[in-house]
Amino acid sequence: MAEPRRAVALISGGLDSMLAAKVIMEQGVHVEGINFFTGFCVEGHTHAIREKDRAKPKRNNALWVAEQLGIKLHIIDVIDEYKDVLLNPKHGYGANLNPCLDCKVFMVRKALAWGFMEENGFDFIITGEVIGQRPMSQRKDTMPVIARESGADDRLLRPLCAKNLPPTLPEKEGWVNREELHDFSGRTRKPQIQLAEKFGFSDWAQPAGGCCFLTDAQYSAKLVDLWQAHGHREYELDDIVLLKIGRHIRPAPHFKLIVGREEGENNYLEGYRKQFVSLHPVSHRGPLCLIDGTPGPEDIHLAARIVARYSQGKTAREVRVSVQQPGGEIEEKTVVPLPPNEVCENWHVSA
Amino acid sequence: MSRLETLDTRGLLCPLPVIRTQDKIKNLTPGMLLDVFATDPGTLHDIPAWCRVHGHELVETEQKGRDIRIRVRVCA
Repeated sequence: MAEPRRAVALISGGLDSMLAAKVIMEQGVHVEGINFFTGFCVEGHTHAIREKDRAKPKRNNALWVAEQLGIKLHIIDVIDEYKDVLLNPKHGYGANLNPCLDCKVFMVRKALAWGFMEENGFDFIITGEVIGQRPMSQRKDTMPVIARESGADDRLLRPLCAKNLPPTLPEKEGWVNREELHDFSGRTRKPQIQLAEKFGFSDWAQPAGGCCFLTDAQYSAKLVDLWQAHGHREYELDDIVLLKIGRHIRPAPHFKLIVGREEGENNYLEGYRKQFVSLHPVSHRGPLCLIDGTPGPEDIHLAARIVARYSQGKTAREVRVSVQQPGGEIEEKTVVPLPPNEVCENWHVSA
Repeated sequence: MSRLETLDTRGLLCPLPVIRTQDKIKNLTPGMLLDVFATDPGTLHDIPAWCRVHGHELVETEQKGRDIRIRVRVCA
């Protein structure tokens, strides 16, 4: 008996990619999943950090989908390679800093390179894309761009909307039956939910703001601010992770405060005290704060007053604040908490 | 006795500990043990889930304060 054909499925952790993989598995094709970690993924980081999220299940949705489907999932670190996608998107950005079309081209290209390596030996790629589902990357005119620019061409099959697109190689070769594929289109979720019910799926992830921080206006504003302050657009993983944490307050162009909003964030920021000047109140309970930039003595004094303002001593006459240099030297300052009306609205880095 | 390897992912947030575990296990042979050290509580869910989908055996998990140790036996 011939070996079954092999498909690699891009698994985001959402419903569409889960269904796309299942549709192809139902046709007897061997499917394995692939998931890319860009550093901007909503999965993981924030759930691990914030106390308020700790009650939520900490599952990685892509892994959870793989378990439901009974397939292997390969998670690939693309943090470094993704920089070029974000910084130089050929097709531009969406509403925020989301380079959705370039991102999808990149991911299909990566899946192609990974899946078609000799030791992996896959025959085609599947995605959960649906025509009209997304304003940038999932349109009738942009979906062929993804197939072409990724190099996948007719080895890229979108099982949920295949009947609205020209036949692909797996259909032409009879590896899958086109008649059993779907013709979903538009933003309605009804057909997906009906198909999920047919397959017996009763649970799936529904990320409110999508699965990428770059679609978020607040996050994008912080990233632009970081680039302006650094004077270039290069970034490291720590830079983009820290944008997900705390209040970001920039009283002057040359320094920014990252103020923990809760214990989980304070604990996480602890790990950065050897890289940044850090402050925390010692006479009252309060946040840990990192200073990013090149603060002078007056700036550190102002930072101490801001930290005091966010502490339980915000109405006290004075608050003692510990200031620790990255090298470990510690100094205590006694400061008057900055009144809320003196924390300028435009110091808060946001959209 | 099975050979024991270690992997330090302390300070990393998921999914990076899972990715590092996946990459490490690629170079190990069936029967070997791997102790993954971590601080992200998400690893207590994600590494066992990754083991289940790839058919590796989760031997034990241990948490002392923020420090986590997850022992995996590599399977074929």
